[in-house]
Amino acid sequence: MRSVSTCLTALVLGSALFLAGCERPPPAADQIGYRGTSMGSVTNPRTLEMREAANRPPEAQPAADPTGPRASTIYQNVQVLGDLSEGEFIRLMASMTEWMAPPDQSCGYCHNLENMADESKYQFRVARQMLVMTRSLNTDWKSHVGETGVTCYTCHRGNPQPQATFKLDPGPRGAGGFTASRQGQNFAARSVGSTSLPNDPFTQLLAYAGEIRVNTPTALAAGNPRTIQDAELTYSLMIHMSEGLGVNCTFCHNSQNFGAWNGPPQRATAFHGIRMVRDINTRHVQPLAAILPPERLGPEGDNAKVFCATCHQAQPKPMGGAPMLRDYPELGAPRPAP
Amino acid sequence: MSFAIDYQNIFTRVQVRGPDDTGPPIETDLYSRGKTIKHNYWLGKIGDAQIGPIYLGWFGSASLLCGIIAFEIIGLNMWASVNWDPIQFVRQLFWLALEPPAPKYGLSFPPMAEGGWWLLAGFFMTLSLILWWVRTYRRARALGLGTHVAWAFAAAIWLMLVLGFFRPLLMGSWSEGVPFGIFPHLDWTAAFSIRYGNLFYNPFHALSIAFLYGSALLFAMHGATILAVSRYGGEREIEQIVDRGTASERAALFWRWTMGFNATMESIHRWAWWFAVLTPLTGGIGILLTGTVVDNWYLWAVKHDFAPVYPTPYTPAVDPLTLPGATR
Repeated sequence: MRSVSTCLTALVLGSALFLAGCERPPPAADQIGYRGTSMGSVTNPRTLEMREAANRPPEAQPAADPTGPRASTIYQNVQVLGDLSEGEFIRLMASMTEWMAPPDQSCGYCHNLENMADESKYQFRVARQMLVMTRSLNTDWKSHVGETGVTCYTCHRGNPQPQATFKLDPGPRGAGGFTASRQGQNFAARSVGSTSLPNDPFTQLLAYAGEIRVNTPTALAAGNPRTIQDAELTYSLMIHMSEGLGVNCTFCHNSQNFGAWNGPPQRATAFHGIRMVRDINTRHVQPLAAILPPERLGPEGDNAKVFCATCHQAQPKPMGGAPMLRDYPELGAPRPAP
Repeated sequence: MSFAIDYQNIFTRVQVRGPDDTGPPIETDLYSRGKTIKHNYWLGKIGDAQIGPIYLGWFGSASLLCGIIAFEIIGLNMWASVNWDPIQFVRQLFWLALEPPAPKYGLSFPPMAEGGWWLLAGFFMTLSLILWWVRTYRRARALGLGTHVAWAFAAAIWLMLVLGFFRPLLMGSWSEGVPFGIFPHLDWTAAFSIRYGNLFYNPFHALSIAFLYGSALLFAMHGATILAVSRYGGEREIEQIVDRGTASERAALFWRWTMGFNATMESIHRWAWWFAVLTPLTGGIGILLTGTVVDNWYLWAVKHDFAPVYPTPYTPAVDPLTLPGATR
């Protein structure tokens, strides 16, 4: 009798240990393609709900009166938002404080409170560049952000710095010398879903225009120089996209042929998203490294850059697709004064 | 009831302990086998309780030495990659690896830190396996056996050599080889499939899977059949090839009843051997053709009607990269 209960205890403990790494049910798989082709969307209603709850945008400030003289004529040194009315300008400044500034610093986080037009704080100059970027995203990158658009909150979520970002990461140091190098992979890297894939596919593929595609468009070998190492880098980026958006591969891809364009339309959105992220990093974010204090820089001296998870935060659409631009048209294209 | 239970055990039920079995006499051989014979009750649960006499000889010794060298090169480099931290070595063991050289080195010998150790480890591992193969061949011959085991082992060595040696040679770069590491070699496998347009559309991969699953199926059918008729002496398979007896007859009738056809005590072993051997043999052919001849298996399979183009509920889109003004 004792041995039976010992066996049972061992069995229960053993299976608990065995299942410890698994996702708690109920997972759901919806068929999204032809039968038998593994085209399925794998979700878990429980985690979906949790993510939805954790990713709600704050209530929008009441809309401001768009009429009256422009901000550029009222305030000094307004270079980006000069086309707004005074009411719109003040409303946006208040929202930016709510979205990003530490409560104890408020306006003073970016501004010299003695002279609001003073550019001496690095935060002021960063914020100005970020406003240029946000307007560019909402006008030039409709291919990715559509009419949903983005605001500062899409990335910042109440923090002075967006939480999900990447910096150059050589990974943990090895012994060096003549011992084998890691070649940028082979440790449980959180950024790429704890796989042993290259831990930093981002610098090459999202901060520069590194080639992502590895497939050959013909059946037979025709001099495609892409290597298996290239494929690992691409695979690693795709793992990040999958984790960052909380979706599986077939959210975008044809399961049989990843390179085909006859799968879900999301692949085209993602294509433009990748180009958008490169544009953000090369045109708006990386140049800021020169004005940032050392504590904002990573061990390799670069500043935090943007990847898919920065906005998406494990959701297919950031904040469940909440229409950010609708409530803040000030962050869209400059509009003529009414 | 006890009769039934006696034959429903996953471990060996009977351990016969006779005089030590020193093996048949062997004609002149440079080295004789060892003299020591021991018994282990727990080994007797899964096999023969007798250990020894052992024969290592030159080939066995050299093989073990090369194997240990390869194992040490891989293990010590993994340990070095966590800066000799024993805790991290254990924690990250499944993630650690010894990577092949980068593509820029081609077939040249790279610096040790940049893949030189990988080449060295591969060399010693290959040497170890080939020496062990010679040993299986020579020991079989010394006992007057056929060399079936050696050739089955050679099939596995073929697949290993294709992955780590023949294919990299044909591709002109050691970087095409497989890293030594648990998760890293699996990631490599996935990346390999992605690079070459989905390996599941490689017909030799398909054959290899069919033989692999077939091997498992045959093994289960055969093992089950023999265990089921062991109460009638069914484990004496070889004698029953020519003198089949009631165990064979019952086993044969069982399969004729259940699937209309039965193997024989001889043919089932030929089936099993060929299925097992063809698994790495066909797999190796599939790997060898990948990148050297075929670069996108999906497109190849569709082109040759090996796979259909399935209907899709989505409107085919234009590759945005081909549109005018596209950003790379």
